[in-house]
Amino acid sequence: MEGTNMLELKHIYKTFNPGTVNAKTALCDLSLTLAEGDFVTVIGGNGAGKSTMLNAVAGAFSVDEGTILIDGQDVTRLPEYRRASFIGRVFQDPMMGTAATMQIEENLALAARRGQRRGLRWGISKTERGDYRELLRTLDLGLEDRMTSKVGLLSGGQRQAVTLLMAALKQPKLLLLDEHTAALDPKTAAKVLALSDQIVEENHLTTLMVTHNMKDAIAHGNRLVMMNAGKVVLDIAGEEKKKLTVEDLLERFSAASGGEMLSDRAILS
Amino acid sequence: MDFLTSLLNAMPGAVAQGLIWGLMAIGVYLTFRILDVADLTVDGSLATGGAVCVMLIRSGWSPWIALLGAFCAGLAAGLVTGVFHTRCGIPAILAGILTQLALYSVNLRIMDSKSNQPVSVDKYDLLTSQRYVRDLSLDNPLPLLLVFTAVLVLALYWFFGTELGSSIRATGANPHMARAQGINTDSNIVLGLMLSNGLVALSGGLLAQFQGASDVNMGRGAIVIGLAAVIIGEVVFGKLFHNFALTLLSVSLGAIIYYMVIQVVLKLGLNTNDLKLITALVVALFLSVPYWKSRHFHGKVKPVPAAEGANGGNEHA
Repeated sequence: MEGTNMLELKHIYKTFNPGTVNAKTALCDLSLTLAEGDFVTVIGGNGAGKSTMLNAVAGAFSVDEGTILIDGQDVTRLPEYRRASFIGRVFQDPMMGTAATMQIEENLALAARRGQRRGLRWGISKTERGDYRELLRTLDLGLEDRMTSKVGLLSGGQRQAVTLLMAALKQPKLLLLDEHTAALDPKTAAKVLALSDQIVEENHLTTLMVTHNMKDAIAHGNRLVMMNAGKVVLDIAGEEKKKLTVEDLLERFSAASGGEMLSDRAILS
Repeated sequence: MDFLTSLLNAMPGAVAQGLIWGLMAIGVYLTFRILDVADLTVDGSLATGGAVCVMLIRSGWSPWIALLGAFCAGLAAGLVTGVFHTRCGIPAILAGILTQLALYSVNLRIMDSKSNQPVSVDKYDLLTSQRYVRDLSLDNPLPLLLVFTAVLVLALYWFFGTELGSSIRATGANPHMARAQGINTDSNIVLGLMLSNGLVALSGGLLAQFQGASDVNMGRGAIVIGLAAVIIGEVVFGKLFHNFALTLLSVSLGAIIYYMVIQVVLKLGLNTNDLKLITALVVALFLSVPYWKSRHFHGKVKPVPAAEGANGGNEHA
């Protein structure tokens, strides 16, 4: 393995509601390593543990067993808000990534202070405003002229675009995209995906992107990982990934998962 | 004619009460609207503020120090509720009720086991007193209360514009986003509850001086009066005021309007005992309006976002 490992997941286990009738083993001996600069797309059926994996990395819950290293540092026991200094996140629900009742520039200013102590200095400075205006201009959505608008007034696609900017603003060690285009219409989804590619490339971000869309999973990133029953069952990189087709993927998945079929949603997309 | 004269005579008192309760209502606004938490601690912490203030004045402290003491007692009350809620996982409403109940005993202890303690303006140098509310003199409490309100609104406007204040607003607006941006939502909730109850207790201290006594029951229903002020402020000034400082001011104005209306209905012959019933019904009505509106205009229940089976995020929603 050359270079540094940006993310290492070692033998992660997680069961929700243990000891009850609703017990659900979501992650089962999950191991995955991302080298610096890897852009890994993650696919798998419903309940395969894709989002759970991202939430485990982000620290939304603590895992039952295993170790999580980010850039060599053990973060397994760090609370979500402390891990945030290493991680940029975009959620599936466009409402989740931004504060609707706050202004666009206020949201960006909050993201710009990720990992810093928040004291009694004014929440946003004049130079920052200029920077944000330039940054928003790159989106080409006209948001640079609406910086004091409440984010709640924006469309889902616009909100995801702003959330992407916020996620990349502090050069995170890791970018987590959790089906961040699933709630958007196809045209907007394509735009947001293109923007994601651009942001990942410009900032050389190590990225994990969960998607339900096999074509997207093949077209983006340098590595593709398929999950089933809470662990990685397929890991395809480099030239091999470039030549992949949806049919290959379906075939290899059913072989890897012992004949199980993907959800209808994944096949249809 | 008689009716009008007596009504006009009652107005300065109503405005003064409105200004005092307005500070309390601003505290309620911080939790109810900014943190998105209904904090029932306030029924207890208002009386705590009154008790601490009166007992300090009675033992010879200046009323300013006494108010500071009241504020600090309120901070402590908010801290307890905050710890119950964030560290012990007790739902916010229940955490508030527990603290409120506990404070009843604490307040009696503060007041030497008496259910009320007088603080006469004849014996002590009080900041605000009902007695002078219609006087044209320096003893009139209205100017001081106006200055108090203005200073407080400006201080809060500044605080919620700072990095820390912004992170508290983000915590209330979207805790998921706040944590993803590295904000410690738990400690922000505790801080917000402390600040809110500090203001409520400060208001309790002023109220006790104004009435000339503290009473262990003086906070009963305070949360509802606070909510009434918040809602009246929003209904009357919501379209007009968008700036945060003006929004806070509208809460205070809402409290003044509330006490003016109360005076009117009392002068019209309403039984004082029915006041709480009417206040509760009015607040219930105004709280239901947004719900009815959303049902009426959208016709159906909000669709549930498509969630993945193994999405562990639900655990922490």
